[in-house]
Amino acid sequence: MNKNPFSLHVKVDDFIPATESEKEYMVQMRPSSTFFKDGMKRLLKNKVATVSMIIIILITLASIFLPMFWPYSYDTMLGITPGKPVDPSYNNLAPFEYGKSELELIEQGEKVFPHIFGTDSAGRDYFIRVVYGARISLMVGFFASIIVLIVGMLIGSIAGYCGGKVDLVIMRIVDIIYSLPDMLMVILLSAVLREALAPVIDGTVLGKIGSNIISLFVVFALLYWVSMARLIRGQILSLREQEYVLAARATGAKGGWIIKKHLIPNCISVIIISTALQIPNAIFTESFLSFLGLGVNAPMPSLGSLASEALNGITSYSYRLVIPAIVISLIVLSLNLFGDGLRDAFDPKLNN
Amino acid sequence: MSSKTLLYILKRLLLALLTVWVVITLTFFVMHAVPGGPFTSEKAITPAAQAQLEAKYGLDKPLFVQYLTYLKDIVTEFDFGPSLKRRGMDVIDIIADGMETSAQLGLIAAGVALVSGVVLGAVAALRRNKLIDKIIMVITTAFVSMPSFIMGSLLLVIFALKLGVLPANGASENGLILPVITLALYPMAYITRLTRSSMLDVLGQDYIRTAKAKGVSGAKIIFGHALKNSLIPVITYFGPMLAYIVTGSLVVEQIFAVPGIGRAFVSSITGRDYPMIMGTTIILATLVVIMNLVSDIMYKVVDPRITLE
Repeated sequence: MNKNPFSLHVKVDDFIPATESEKEYMVQMRPSSTFFKDGMKRLLKNKVATVSMIIIILITLASIFLPMFWPYSYDTMLGITPGKPVDPSYNNLAPFEYGKSELELIEQGEKVFPHIFGTDSAGRDYFIRVVYGARISLMVGFFASIIVLIVGMLIGSIAGYCGGKVDLVIMRIVDIIYSLPDMLMVILLSAVLREALAPVIDGTVLGKIGSNIISLFVVFALLYWVSMARLIRGQILSLREQEYVLAARATGAKGGWIIKKHLIPNCISVIIISTALQIPNAIFTESFLSFLGLGVNAPMPSLGSLASEALNGITSYSYRLVIPAIVISLIVLSLNLFGDGLRDAFDPKLNN
Repeated sequence: MSSKTLLYILKRLLLALLTVWVVITLTFFVMHAVPGGPFTSEKAITPAAQAQLEAKYGLDKPLFVQYLTYLKDIVTEFDFGPSLKRRGMDVIDIIADGMETSAQLGLIAAGVALVSGVVLGAVAALRRNKLIDKIIMVITTAFVSMPSFIMGSLLLVIFALKLGVLPANGASENGLILPVITLALYPMAYITRLTRSSMLDVLGQDYIRTAKAKGVSGAKIIFGHALKNSLIPVITYFGPMLAYIVTGSLVVEQIFAVPGIGRAFVSSITGRDYPMIMGTTIILATLVVIMNLVSDIMYKVVDPRITLE
């Protein structure tokens, strides 16, 4: 078209003012996107993470709402009715079997809610025990992670802000706790704490939760904060020195703006992600302790204690082990995959 | 070895010693926080006999003096005191009894995990994004998410109870096969992922391309260059792997009734045998700390490129 590409002659046509339609074409009408929206968009594109998220939400909702309208409760021994001898026909029911008095009711034409997973050796509906166990495990995982977050954030930010000797002392303590074999210390502390705590919290609100769970929380607060503290300290130290913070300051941004627009968005994703990844860890630890008999107080079930109880009758009732095993693996697996997805979506820097 | 390396080793050694001391101290004081102290048994005894017992074990002395005696006994004579539940036996005897079985179980499991993990990881890396790679990654993801006691119980149900091909009791002939598999699966999965990612990293390096350009055979590149260099990060996992095997053996020995330290430890927890809990915790913790130290130092010595802090 242009015969003379190096000619300095300009075409007059290029300088005609743009028409309205041309102007509109140039303006991209996109709604402004926030950091959170961007991350969610990336997260939902990740199929594995989305499926994991749906599984977690389903399990969480089920564990919260199912016990509310389920006709059986996790600690009712169905064979025991006040004023009557114990009815052993309710113990160890196979899935969808009924006890003696229930069979009579069915013959009379009444409907009896089925025991989907049967009952355990004490005649308790096993399905609701698994649901309740999932609730306990999720709750322990969630609150333990929150505790770790709070303690870690507090100590980590103190170390990061103060620096100097305070930082040095805190980081040496962190080093030592970090090199302790955590599981052994957890076992040791929970073995002792549940004894020591039981009389103290008896009768209070905490007593209802049980000394074992409380001691688990204390152990988490004592031992697991170190990696969170390290992370947050490192974040604070490096974020303060970032070029974009300097650039923002150079262009006249005030402290509040820098904190709101630069430090928090860059720090919060790392914190949320590692808190999310802490949850399956805590569930792991709780189930491990429950298996050793140091977990939740009976008759409260957790997935770990259900699996450990099932070992006694494993030859004839192996499904009682398989069910909590599947649920716990599903929860831990989807939490792990979801955490990985969160990391990929909200912290592209960490993505390797 | 440069003086920097020596300094690093010295620093790590000090930290390890400090850690062991913290473990002993923590264990001692935590145990003495138990209501009634660690030496109370459930049996009701007369105050006179109680006083006599306390005098015998030095419990009438102030706590700090007791602590110093405990520390001195451990350091000088390896003496962790008597067991409360097994009369006439010292804690160290019980641990020595179970040591052989537990060490056998743990070492075989570590070996199996290491060999199979490296092989699977290398295969996955060399066949990247092929079907076999995807299968290996899915399986290892599943194994990493399964607690060891679940894995052990499921293996027990499938192989010992349903199929009946392997014994359920760890003390019988071939009895260690299932416990070894249970213990090895998690570290195997972890090592597989570690080897895969580091191998992929190494395969993209310039010296691999140079070797290819020189016409070195594929096998020689893989074994001589790629595998050797991609194994370095695996060394760092030795310490955590041992820690995992030690804690894993607690439940695995319980499930398969293996007569090792783990089972003795668990029964001492349920039986509230406090001197036994203290002794086992300290010994196992020391083991883990030493292994972490060794693997950290090895890592730095093997790869001179790694900068020391």
